[in-house]
Amino acid sequence: MIIELGHFALILALAVALVQSVVPVIGAARHDHAWMAVARPAALAQFLLVGLAMAALTFAYVTSDFTVINVIQNSHTDKPLLYKVSGVWGNHEGSMLLWVFILALCSAAVAIFSGNLPRELRARVLAVQGMISVGFLLFILFTSNPFLRTANPPMNGHGLNPVLQDPGLAFHPPFLYLGYVGFSVSFAFAVAALIEGRVDAAWARWVRPWALASWCALTVGIALGSWWAYYTLGWGGWWFWDPVENASFMPWLVGTALIHSAIVVEKRDTLKSWTILLAIITFSLSLVGTFLVRSGVLTSVHAFAVDPARGTFILLLLLVAIGGSLSLYAARAPALQSGGVFAPISREGALVLNNVLLTSAAATVFLGTLYPLFLDAVGGPKITVGPPYFDTTFGPIMVPVLIAVAGGPLLAWKRGDLLGAMQRLWIAFAAALLVGLGCLYATYGGPVLAVLGLALAAFTAMGAVVEWTDRVKLFRIPLGESARRALHLPRSAYGMTLAHIGLAVSAAGIAAAAFSVERIEVVKLGATLDIGGYTMRLAKVDEIPGPNFVAEDATVEVTRNGALVWVAHPQRRFFEVQQQTTSLTAIRSGVFADLYIAVGESDGQGGWTIRAYHKPLISWIWLGALIMAGGGIVSLSDRRWRIGAAARQRGAAVAQAAE
Amino acid sequence: MRKTLYLLPVLLFLVIAGYFALGLQPGRDPHELPSALIDKPLPDFDLPALAGGPNISNASLKGQVAVINFFASWCVPCKIEHPVLMRLATKEKLPLIGIAYKDAVEDSQRELAKGGDPYVRIGVDRKGAAGFDFGVYGVPETYVVDKSGHIRKRFVGPLNADTVEKELLPLLRELNRS
Repeated sequence: MIIELGHFALILALAVALVQSVVPVIGAARHDHAWMAVARPAALAQFLLVGLAMAALTFAYVTSDFTVINVIQNSHTDKPLLYKVSGVWGNHEGSMLLWVFILALCSAAVAIFSGNLPRELRARVLAVQGMISVGFLLFILFTSNPFLRTANPPMNGHGLNPVLQDPGLAFHPPFLYLGYVGFSVSFAFAVAALIEGRVDAAWARWVRPWALASWCALTVGIALGSWWAYYTLGWGGWWFWDPVENASFMPWLVGTALIHSAIVVEKRDTLKSWTILLAIITFSLSLVGTFLVRSGVLTSVHAFAVDPARGTFILLLLLVAIGGSLSLYAARAPALQSGGVFAPISREGALVLNNVLLTSAAATVFLGTLYPLFLDAVGGPKITVGPPYFDTTFGPIMVPVLIAVAGGPLLAWKRGDLLGAMQRLWIAFAAALLVGLGCLYATYGGPVLAVLGLALAAFTAMGAVVEWTDRVKLFRIPLGESARRALHLPRSAYGMTLAHIGLAVSAAGIAAAAFSVERIEVVKLGATLDIGGYTMRLAKVDEIPGPNFVAEDATVEVTRNGALVWVAHPQRRFFEVQQQTTSLTAIRSGVFADLYIAVGESDGQGGWTIRAYHKPLISWIWLGALIMAGGGIVSLSDRRWRIGAAARQRGAAVAQAAE
Repeated sequence: MRKTLYLLPVLLFLVIAGYFALGLQPGRDPHELPSALIDKPLPDFDLPALAGGPNISNASLKGQVAVINFFASWCVPCKIEHPVLMRLATKEKLPLIGIAYKDAVEDSQRELAKGGDPYVRIGVDRKGAAGFDFGVYGVPETYVVDKSGHIRKRFVGPLNADTVEKELLPLLRELNRS
């Protein structure tokens, strides 16, 4: 009964979404207040209905209702509650429902927090959200219905994919989707602005918090996914340039460009059509990402059910959403009024540079991800594009990005003083030099690129700190005065400083990968392996049966200078039902380095392949991502997003005075 | 001129969408691990038999449909595949050829004595040379060879009841008929 209610709620949501996508647009065109007013209650009703559907499916999972086919295929009574709940989105149908649920959540948020939006803009934004919702609800109801029942329920379910039974991964999809789908709001704002033919500073001020919030969620989502890959896949890697990873990374890159270029629209009233295009592309890349994951056109470790019918449906959705919005862009964007001019060396110039670099980076990732598909589609050989391509194309683009991040914020709007900025950066240069030289000394002839990377990271971090000391005039005015200035700096300024430091921390973690040591060896029982100053002894390997797998459990004793520091238990598990082997790595995380052990196949002669790594600074990668997201959240809490239009003027005045 | 520039994004997108459509063609499975040896003759091999007696070679398999299974006593997935093979041997009376891959003779013998022996003959590939020529990716792996000695199908990983029912047995019926 509850299942049917959920199903019915979803169908009703489709009907409401249809109304939401048609009536307000007509109302906005005719300036009919009553028709436009439909958008708000429709968005709220849709949220309630999709929420009901989501609750119904969750209920089926929690109570292990094996009359529902989706529950049979993805759940099991033995599963802990957390994985029963995460099982709701651990499969194709459920994850699409989560997608639509988050979309409805965003629409409802727009409906609630858009009190000060012009009526036409609000009606159009909500209508565009409604159109996206219609597309995906049709997709769910016709090709991926999670509420289908069976007349002959089995005693138990098939269980969730073993690789996915992990706390890191339980929360990875919701965050990722919050990011993906959140960008639908900036997309809707862009399309609404194109229909209206008007983009101004106020528009940018409305869009930015939405883009920023989505960006934070996406940052956390990507970091969670990468962290999960690091500790479960057993290869010591944390990013594989897998198509599905790239699918989430591309919107992130373009979304980063978007939140920066929207600043220019807000403060300087220029770069409008470019910002609109970025907003469209960011969400388009989220949609393409969904297409790549769901259609199975590309090989990936994230194997979901592959179904060409679903692929065709999503392709149609892409054609309507992306093709439609880009056509609208082609028709309307040329007419957008461009605002103030600026010199190449200026804050705007630096932000344009940032945009060019980030979008080029996204383009190289896009090309590398889809090249195998392009080649295969025209009958070429089956190939995969691997990390060497991405390392050689993506890496060099990131170098100027890090430099621009340090220098850009120091430049003034309109016309900056490069020399002055460089002079103010002397301490950053000094820090960079110090770290660079220190690393050279430590490794002597070691990997120069990594040294450069670490030096750049130090430069970027110090650049962010210098920018802050500049703002509070540290040491140039009495300390008390500086403290007062620091207290009154807008939170968005602190957000920026934090996010840029976060980027530097991540960059340092990535660069330090070159210093990681890897040993892959067949180790006999009782034999040892030396790595990074530690000695690992393979004490024993037991075959232990698990609830639904057979595991080889290795006991590895790790000593340093003869003292036992850690007894590690890496495992290799074979899941019979799903025909899958997973590895349970043993990781000892530290601030300065991780020790990582994975056990591989036995050689049949009393030896096991042991994969051991000593990875300096690796945890900084995820720490940096968290700091970046934290910076975004701090910026979001800035008062100018929260207060009314009149007060906003005053807030801006305070912010300017503080600059 | 300026207006055409604004058309660029949508045109680019249409080209990409065209490729997506091509990528969706039915019958395309990017997950398949294609074997370079499909429809090619068996690679030459000549392995001592585990039980003694004449060697097992590609020549000795001529003229019959053969199913060759690479296994090892040290491989956990093989233990999971084992009951499936036992059922194939007893119920379907399938003459399975086993190849003990990088496995010590006594280990293979002990393992088979413990769990039962589904194979009619077993070749010993101590150094993994035959596995290398077959392009074995990891044990277990199973190859189906037709009467003329050409490889027709490769199964990577353990066989299960489903693949046996839906793929292996129908293929064998077809090959035996021709």
